[in-house]
Amino acid sequence: MESDRLYHGQLGVTAGNVAYHELAGRRSFPAAAWRGAWSFARQKPLGAAGVFVILVFVFVAVFADFIDRGDPNQLNPDHMLQAPNSQAWFGTDNLGRDLYSRVVHGARVALLVGFVAVGLATAAGTTIGLVSGFYGGKVDLVIQRFVDAILAFPVLVIALAVVTAVGPSLRNLMLAIAFVMTPGFSRVVRASVLGVRQNLYIEAAQAVGATTPRILLRHVLPNVTAPIIVVATGAIGSAILAEASLSFLGLGPPPPNATWGSMLAIEARFYITTAWWLAVVPSAAITFAVLGFNLFGDALRDVWDPRLRGTR
Amino acid sequence: MRNYILRRIALTIPVIVLVTFGAFALLRMIPGSVVDLKAGTAQSEADTKRLEKQFGLDKPIPEQFLIWVGDLARGDLGESLWTTERVSTELRRRFPATAELALMASLIASTIALVAGTTAAIHQDSWLDRTIQFVTITGLAIPNFVLATLLISLPAIWWGKVIPEGYVPLSDHPLENLQKMIFPALILGAALAAILTRLVRSTMLEVLRQDYVRTAWAKGLAGRHVILRHALRNALLPVMTVWGLQIAALLGGTVIMESMFRIPGMGIATLNAVKQRDYGLAQVLILIFGLVYIFTSLAVDILYAYIDPRIRYT
Repeated sequence: MESDRLYHGQLGVTAGNVAYHELAGRRSFPAAAWRGAWSFARQKPLGAAGVFVILVFVFVAVFADFIDRGDPNQLNPDHMLQAPNSQAWFGTDNLGRDLYSRVVHGARVALLVGFVAVGLATAAGTTIGLVSGFYGGKVDLVIQRFVDAILAFPVLVIALAVVTAVGPSLRNLMLAIAFVMTPGFSRVVRASVLGVRQNLYIEAAQAVGATTPRILLRHVLPNVTAPIIVVATGAIGSAILAEASLSFLGLGPPPPNATWGSMLAIEARFYITTAWWLAVVPSAAITFAVLGFNLFGDALRDVWDPRLRGTR
Repeated sequence: MRNYILRRIALTIPVIVLVTFGAFALLRMIPGSVVDLKAGTAQSEADTKRLEKQFGLDKPIPEQFLIWVGDLARGDLGESLWTTERVSTELRRRFPATAELALMASLIASTIALVAGTTAAIHQDSWLDRTIQFVTITGLAIPNFVLATLLISLPAIWWGKVIPEGYVPLSDHPLENLQKMIFPALILGAALAAILTRLVRSTMLEVLRQDYVRTAWAKGLAGRHVILRHALRNALLPVMTVWGLQIAALLGGTVIMESMFRIPGMGIATLNAVKQRDYGLAQVLILIFGLVYIFTSLAVDILYAYIDPRIRYT
């Protein structure tokens, strides 16, 4: 396969290799990365705010065991339904559990589901989209009918069926959300592949005898990564929302595990008139986390791929 | 045009087949059967056999599928295995509530989106535009059950007023029906409104820069005329497509709204039917959700081609 690398080397700047060359020439990686981040922050202050929010939540999720204030599931009948105070920063729930600890550990579930589910969906959706878009013809026709069929079911109903089938647990929740998100991803990737496939460098790669898997991985994939990353970033927010919705319906990790959705479902609705913090604390956590990913996703899209504006 | 429509319909047929099969298979892949759940643990082997025979669950799965499809073709929707009520009776009661909820929600969402999106685009980068953008992106981040919880509880805390729950048919008490449906519809439509507002804004911004819009300004047309007749009309096309795609999400959202506002609709019935392994009811409900989506997107695509001739020739 030396031959087609040589070909690219001679021509220099086929679109597929721009990113590759850039990366190779970037010797002082940290400095360049910082400069890139700084110019991104200057250009898109809201996007930078989104990144900041995401980093805070990632920190909280990773170090949940260190920054929590006691066991999130510790019942404490003497301290039921306490308003936020110096002991319980975010108050306590109807069983006396510390809301701060529960929200901190809920962040772990939310982000884990967000990243893993979107990671799985991106991998599966990208594979399907690459194959469907690149081969076209009958393969595309058949694959797209299956995608259509899955898209036709209401998201919640599929997720519900999947979770019921395999039992409510963290792993199954991630699988269900990934399954639901995959067709959407495959559509985005397919649409981008259809555009890339027209380019001369694909024909050139075929002419010099590159195998199809090699063309897909080395020539097509690098050119569709921008839209994939843009869509995936926003999708993490959607996945967190989906996790909250399913947990809210009792389809998340079984109690007493703390998830933002289940905190709202059971406790908050009954006590909201007397204990507002039960609803406000997890709601705020969900909203800020999703907002962070949405803001970052929006900014990425504006910078990288203006054509995608407003598709979400 | 005719070829395009025929091609589009031909593509829909395999999807309908797949969805029918999916609606049937989805529940049967789930462990646990309606018979076990219904009879509890204290049933004898013979009871299980008898119930399975009564529901036709003793036959091979492919045969069950063919029987179901055959019955559907003859207009027989079957019966609920849980309550043994006819599915058609159940549907007659539940369909209007969900349909009304979804229609009201999309109507509310489209109205908000058209007004807010156009306003934001015309006044690009003004404080008004920024406010609208901020509200929409925040709106996308708030789950609808949070909005519903707030809407139910805050008036109760502040003014001691309770938001009306439950459902009365539109034909019985039109006014009371609207009073009860407006709140869940508003919340259900909020997310869609946020998505569509952003879309209307961005497509309007694009369209407003087109030559034909500049021409319209140049020849001295009134501002309202340019915006509504020349710009907005063209900006509506992508909005329509996304609206069609969002119908599935909207229908899914009815599950949560129906459970929170105690509306006896199809969404909550689907949730319960899946939990109870009520194959008979669930497969029809899931099929209907799927078909509504398929036909909505078919209608949107055909309408799109009718309005925008470029689509037909590609």
